[in-house]
Amino acid sequence: MSEKKLPIWLRLYGVAAYAYIYVPILILMVFSFNTMKLNIRWEGFTTRWYGVLFNDQQVILATRNTLMIAVVSTIVATIVGTMAALALHRYRFPGYNASETMMYIPIVIPEVIMGISMLVLFVMLNFKLGLLTITLAHIAFNIPFVALVVRARLHGYDNAIDEAAMDLGANELTTFWRVTLPTIMPGVLSGAMLAFTLSLDDYVITYFTAGPGSTTLPLRVFSMVRFMVTPEVNALSTIWVLAVFFVMLAGRLAQNRRA
Amino acid sequence: MSAQDTAPGARRIGLLGRLRESRVFQGLALISPANGYLFFFVVLPLVMVVILSFLSRGAYGNVEYRFNPSNYTRLLDPVYARILVYSLGVGFGTTVITILIGYPLAYYIARSPARQRSTLLFLILVPFWTNFVIRIYAWIMILRGGGLLDSFLQWVGITHQPLGLLYTPTAVMIGMVYEFLPFMVLPLYTSLEKIEEALLEAAADLGAPPWRAFLRVTLPLSVPGMIAGTILVFIPAMGMFVLPDLMGGAKVLLIGNVIRNQFLTARDWPFGAAASMILMIMTLLLTLYYTRRAGFSEDLLV
Repeated sequence: MSEKKLPIWLRLYGVAAYAYIYVPILILMVFSFNTMKLNIRWEGFTTRWYGVLFNDQQVILATRNTLMIAVVSTIVATIVGTMAALALHRYRFPGYNASETMMYIPIVIPEVIMGISMLVLFVMLNFKLGLLTITLAHIAFNIPFVALVVRARLHGYDNAIDEAAMDLGANELTTFWRVTLPTIMPGVLSGAMLAFTLSLDDYVITYFTAGPGSTTLPLRVFSMVRFMVTPEVNALSTIWVLAVFFVMLAGRLAQNRRA
Repeated sequence: MSAQDTAPGARRIGLLGRLRESRVFQGLALISPANGYLFFFVVLPLVMVVILSFLSRGAYGNVEYRFNPSNYTRLLDPVYARILVYSLGVGFGTTVITILIGYPLAYYIARSPARQRSTLLFLILVPFWTNFVIRIYAWIMILRGGGLLDSFLQWVGITHQPLGLLYTPTAVMIGMVYEFLPFMVLPLYTSLEKIEEALLEAAADLGAPPWRAFLRVTLPLSVPGMIAGTILVFIPAMGMFVLPDLMGGAKVLLIGNVIRNQFLTARDWPFGAAASMILMIMTLLLTLYYTRRAGFSEDLLV
């Protein structure tokens, strides 16, 4: 679409829409510096809630759990998902359509159903609910997303360069490591980024597959919001929003430099 | 294949060698970890839920292996039928409002200069990647009794008493719309951005006023985005239980809440499974209906 003459009402609408999206988040951040414990009205400026947050053992433990789950599930899902993307892009094999359909299930069905069905599986198998079951569940919903992103990257991939490598004497493995993987690496990395973020962020599926002592950050934020709304929640939220913002900004700048 | 036959690396002997050569074998080797994993952790659990939905609840919240179709008939009970209809209503309402708010926004981004466009899109994506419990919390702060909205309205002099908006269906809708707006804006933007200016110029040359060009050219061409957005908003909105928990008090129950309660508090798994099946069937019907019309494309995930 072209860029000429944006009507004034459209511009005003744009400003209003972005205000609608950002004002609540900004309010949230400002009130992390509020002295009032109930945090209903603005009373005065303090940074003490950040101190409270950094000494909150439950938050520290939840952060550690969250990162562990995210790292492990991202690594496994990225490997398995990339393999699946390669298979679906380049090969034809028996059960192709079934495999492809299976990939869409976790993307399409409501999260609550994914959550309860895994709960049923783990209970039936007598798995102890905890970090392991959360990680297994996260791998399951991450594989399809990685595969989807990598496949999109493979879309314009010219198989002739692989054939050229093999004509020059490289075997399949060498061709994969030296030719295919470096070419699709940006796709693999963005798939991994997506998986990592989805895992960090997941509330619903984690909620059903978590056990005692395996609280993650989203679960912790939920119970803080539910049971003790102090500015500490705002402090945690502020850090979270800023972290997301700067990581995304860094990604964007890196992308611009490459382009 | 032909290139491999002549390649030096391709000269292998024996059955194993020939297996490794086979394209079918290579494809299967690459797909089987994903297939195995998803079968065990996604398909099998779903099959278990289907079976579970026909079993009975035991006296202690355990599951008895006795055929019992009444889990489904129980969903027709007015209490649950009302929740089902209400969930459909909330899903529908959220979808319609996000289209109404999101369409002009997506249009604004698509019509902005190319340089600004990526920044504007980036700004849509940031809250999208921020944890959704945090976004709900922002609205709780605003809406709660004596909270920021109340203080503001009283300060301006519009109201004199707290509105008591939090823990009402209105609060749930406000939260839902805020939560799902980016899911609608992104696919809408993707299809709006693809529309070529030449088409609109042609419409203008042929004498169409801007509003008609919009109705006859832009709007129909953005339907795929709207469909993708609808799927991305409607399905999660119906299954949502966290937002009604936090913003609806105990007053707003959606089908997602029923499922959660049956599995975790009431411990009637078969009934919860039946409710899940209904949600899944509604979801599948909607997805099938829409994808038949538009094709399941990458538009869904931008």
